[in-house]
Amino acid sequence: MEIKILGTGCAKCKSMERLTREVVEKNGIQATINKVEDITEIMKYHIMATPALVVNEKVEIKGLVPSEAEILQVLSKY
Amino acid sequence: MRLLVNVNKKSVIPLVLLPVWFLIYNFLKPVTDWFIDDALGMTVGNHFTEALRFFVFEVPKVLLLLTLIIFLVGIVRSYFSPEKTRKALEGKSLFTGNVLASMLGIVTPFCSCSAIPLFLGFVEAGIPIGVTFSFLIASPMINEVAIVLLFSMFGWKTAAIYVVSGLVIAIIAGWVIGKLNLRHWVQDWVYQSQFGNSDSESEKLKFKDRIQYGYNAVKEIVGKVWIYVVIGIAVGAGAHGYVPEDFMASLMGKSAWYSVPLSVIIGVPLYSNAAGIIPIVSVLIEKGASLGTALAFMMAVIGLSLPEMIILKKVLKIQFILTFAGIMAVGIVLVGFIFNYLVFL
Repeated sequence: MEIKILGTGCAKCKSMERLTREVVEKNGIQATINKVEDITEIMKYHIMATPALVVNEKVEIKGLVPSEAEILQVLSKY
Repeated sequence: MRLLVNVNKKSVIPLVLLPVWFLIYNFLKPVTDWFIDDALGMTVGNHFTEALRFFVFEVPKVLLLLTLIIFLVGIVRSYFSPEKTRKALEGKSLFTGNVLASMLGIVTPFCSCSAIPLFLGFVEAGIPIGVTFSFLIASPMINEVAIVLLFSMFGWKTAAIYVVSGLVIAIIAGWVIGKLNLRHWVQDWVYQSQFGNSDSESEKLKFKDRIQYGYNAVKEIVGKVWIYVVIGIAVGAGAHGYVPEDFMASLMGKSAWYSVPLSVIIGVPLYSNAAGIIPIVSVLIEKGASLGTALAFMMAVIGLSLPEMIILKKVLKIQFILTFAGIMAVGIVLVGFIFNYLVFL
């Protein structure tokens, strides 16, 4: 699956990226993780709060840093 | 019985914890006095005793209040989102829009790192810039941590004054920015880009999710600010008996008219969260600074932040940002004067 982390580089965005990488690694999930920092790219996902977690082009979480369990729950849908 | 089994464990916890909270809160004073006077057997009235008593009582009191209020605010915020706020503001006339945006700024979950996507989202929905600014001003300025700290250190009147003056500044500054018609100072690309309409799917949260939202808010905010609260109260306790009462009076007292603009000028480049600044403000007031001056200083520190302005630089030209900072500074100075000269407290 294709995971994108949307965020302009604030602390919350970084912790979302770190947590997502941890979850993917720990559970041996096959995924590419990309960080999107360009604001015009981010706006294409119609979000008004960062950070956001996008899986296969669908916005799954936005505006908050989720727990590892929440990330895993989202990723296991795919 | 079935009902009991079906109830989620986590949503029951607050019902159990709430009475416990009130019990601890009510017994805090006698327990502190017992601890200081009887268990430690310290001399009443001694500077060190009273400083320690202040510290031992204030730290748990403030943390208890913070936990409860942030939990409740967390639940309230789960009913709001930037998308819903945008919808509510669409098509509102200038002044009404400013009032509504300022009030929504208090309850909508928002962090200043999201200022850009929020700004663009509002612009795209055709919400006037002045109204958007009322939101962007009110949101950091009227802060729940600040309300709790002001309430516990100065009482509900000061907390109410803070909320009302924050709202008034947000409404008027936003309205003025709207009237000035600063659109030409918005970065050109903002109006050229089209991002298409957002599908604001509103997911229905169950009440237990909202309680979880409250828990998360407590974990995130109290986890971050408790150390500032402890340090701030320790500084306050230290100053309690040792620094002379009128130490700040000549510098920040009512008689020094220049103290308000001076505190704002010092406060604007400084940036701190509310938890860090308010215990310091409380020391200033105790040592003779007047309320208006202290309030102006605090608002300048938490309401106008350099990091947020740097973020906004991406969508606004420098002239816009300077005008914005100027209007805010004037507004805060006026609030400071009003409380120094007109008001009761």
